Amino acid sequence: MTIAMPAPDSRVIAQAPRIVAALRAVLPPDAVIDDPQETRAYECDALTAYRCPPMAVVLPRTTAEVAAVMRICADMGVPVVPRGAGTSLAGGALPTADCVILGTMRLREVLEIDTANRYVRVQTGVTNLSVSAELEPHGFFYAPDPSSQLACTIAGNIAMNSGGAHCLKYGVTTNNLLGATVVLTTGEVVDLGGPEMGPAGLDLLGVLCGSEGQLGVVTEAVLRILPRPEGARPVLIGFDSPEVAGECVANIIRSGVLPVAIEYMDEPCLRAVEAFAKAGYPDCPAVLIVEVEGSKAEIDDQIARIRAIADALNPVEFRESRNADEAMAIWKGRKSAFGAMGRLGDYICLDGTVPVGQLPYTLRRIGELSRQHGLEVANVFHAGDGNMHPLILFDANKPGDLARAEAFGADILRLCVEVGGCLTGEHGVGVEKRDLMSEQYAPDDLAIQMQVKDVFDPGWLLNPAKVFPLEASAAHRARAAE
Amino acid sequence: MTVALDLAPATEAEVADILADCHARRTPLRILGGGTRVENRVPGETLTLSRLSGVVTYSPGEMTLIARPGTPLPEIEQMLEAEGQALAFEPPDMRGILGRNGTPTLGGTVAANASGPRRLLAGACRDHLLGVRFVDGRGRVLKNGGRVMKNVTGLDLSKLLAGSHGTLAVLTEVVLKTLPLLPARTTLAFPDVTEATALRIFTTALSTPYEVSGAAHVGGAAYLRIEGLDSQLAYRRDRLLALLAEHRPEVMDDAPWQAIRDAAHFAGTDPLWRILCKPTEAPGLCDGLRAMGGDCSLDWGGGLIWYRGPGNPRDLAAHATLVRRGGVSGPAFPPLAPAVARLQDGLRRSFDPAGILNPGLMDG
Repeated sequence: MTIAMPAPDSRVIAQAPRIVAALRAVLPPDAVIDDPQETRAYECDALTAYRCPPMAVVLPRTTAEVAAVMRICADMGVPVVPRGAGTSLAGGALPTADCVILGTMRLREVLEIDTANRYVRVQTGVTNLSVSAELEPHGFFYAPDPSSQLACTIAGNIAMNSGGAHCLKYGVTTNNLLGATVVLTTGEVVDLGGPEMGPAGLDLLGVLCGSEGQLGVVTEAVLRILPRPEGARPVLIGFDSPEVAGECVANIIRSGVLPVAIEYMDEPCLRAVEAFAKAGYPDCPAVLIVEVEGSKAEIDDQIARIRAIADALNPVEFRESRNADEAMAIWKGRKSAFGAMGRLGDYICLDGTVPVGQLPYTLRRIGELSRQHGLEVANVFHAGDGNMHPLILFDANKPGDLARAEAFGADILRLCVEVGGCLTGEHGVGVEKRDLMSEQYAPDDLAIQMQVKDVFDPGWLLNPAKVFPLEASAAHRARAAE
Repeated sequence: MTVALDLAPATEAEVADILADCHARRTPLRILGGGTRVENRVPGETLTLSRLSGVVTYSPGEMTLIARPGTPLPEIEQMLEAEGQALAFEPPDMRGILGRNGTPTLGGTVAANASGPRRLLAGACRDHLLGVRFVDGRGRVLKNGGRVMKNVTGLDLSKLLAGSHGTLAVLTEVVLKTLPLLPARTTLAFPDVTEATALRIFTTALSTPYEVSGAAHVGGAAYLRIEGLDSQLAYRRDRLLALLAEHRPEVMDDAPWQAIRDAAHFAGTDPLWRILCKPTEAPGLCDGLRAMGGDCSLDWGGGLIWYRGPGNPRDLAAHATLVRRGGVSGPAFPPLAPAVARLQDGLRRSFDPAGILNPGLMDG
């Protein structure tokens, strides 16, 4: 446990019964939870190493209910931690003992599907996958597809600016978000953006997206939707060195073919996947899965170009899929990678991004760091955009192992910054990378970001202990508390 | 003879010195790239960024370009084209409609979040902006974002600065995503159709997976642009020709996309407005606008209306920006809801406490 959280505000905790009563007065009976047996279900998100039951949980169903909660919490000085489905890998929804968890999962209506104007308007508790499922009969889809898409909500996607495997072509959440209905800490409800293709003034929506629940609570979203492609087909390419695989990625990108996904898996990952999913992948140090879209002829042409690029680099294997079953077989191992790694033991999943040209060097250095820290690491990630997901394996029951894994992780993230990349490509900072922010940003760079939070949330009540190192945010939080 | 010299810093440090000094003296500044964007009526001395110019790094294999704000756009476009790449958002050149003769710059493009017809498919300038260096109104040298495609490390201030028209900070370096230039393109033209018919054509075409990269209606004709690899183009063209046969499309290889991008058909001196709307509302709005006595054209599949003429389009559509004044007074930018305006003012005070950067330029 190396990440500190601020001491809970004893004045708030002393008032807990009054606060809960005030919340009960404005919400339906089943929408306020303060029984410790039940609040425990909210003590952590997918970063399970850190846990703390909240003071209370509210599960509003409407924007008006969210606004009522925000007004009460602002009046009584109660921190609010917004929570989507709780799938954050960065501790974005980790509670503090003095906070109210504001869950968005009951805001689950699809409000409007407008294919002529190419948008959908939803309440933000809907899951990512259900948005595309709703759109399927209309021939459209919503592009961002984080791997937690079965569970994760649009609210969480907006808070973390989530990506996914297909963002090489379609971009991440911010590129597919047209508008948001936002409840501010004052309880005011504002619409930022909308179905139109641009803001009226400053791009406040752009700064809201990815703000990790620190600027406002998004209750409705207008999402850009796209016509479904005619077809998609993956190829698998095996290489005998990570460097050559990295070169292949850069050459594909330069060639003008823009695949929808380029995924990378290294040897430890391939071994685990083989043992778990028996995907029949080649036995080699590096595998790429490249997926292209279009009509059959278009796909054939793009795959021919990719084959020419790969052949020049002497691949161990170039495997095409001739039908849906073979395509599924190619994806099978990649999609089961995280499950397969989970069977090897506990792991930390990192998320740094590096410039694509730095991938080979970064992979080599991660290997060296692995030996130095005495912990195994497996790499499976979105190579096309340089968003790495090193998985550090450790044993949670072994004293000191988590701390060692965290130290190794911190070294990898420092490496990502050092080669010109960043700490997090799609998971968010949360608490996990909070204290590393000063590796990437100078004090003034953090100060201007916190000044933006000051404007949206003068009381620093929204998710206040996240994203910014506590010592950096101390003055802002103290001023806010006055 | 004395000539009033503009402030023309050549380095980021000089920008910081100037801004720190103007902050202390509360001296307003007009921030200028190539001087080819929105009509700039703000008071103050001119700070021109033309000397803060040049490409820092261009990595085609990583699809990233890092350059200083004063770099002329044509220079960038040539360099990218030599590598078979482009800025996919198709930055427009507004000299024609604004009657200017400067050179459009990269910084001005970002500050205006200026995007051409391909915005429909590829997103706006802000969607391609990966990171920025900038100097705020106190003279602090700051950075945000980076040079990688996926980055959620902290607040995304790059988006906030794109389209802020120099009212929050002075950009000193921008990082943009570059994309492969698709080798083949063609256009389906539909001569002599109304906006209502054009909208039906757009809706049909934009519901297909053929990646239509331009959908405009100018001078009574509708245009659909398709781009792709050679092998894709004929297929996509033929499918669209079949789908839209009732509207009698013609294949056109020299369609006026550059003129559409630059709204060249509305060069002149009378008022020119840029209106954003739901595409399906565009035909009705155009009828209303024409009734006020002017002309309209459509871009972005109907999501963008250019209106040249008299009257106040805000009576019909809230989201209207006065791009060329032509004698019209009043705010150029659309009005905002009070709570949004308060947030915006708060951000301005955070970035520029003395109110020295293009003061009032974006007032709604």
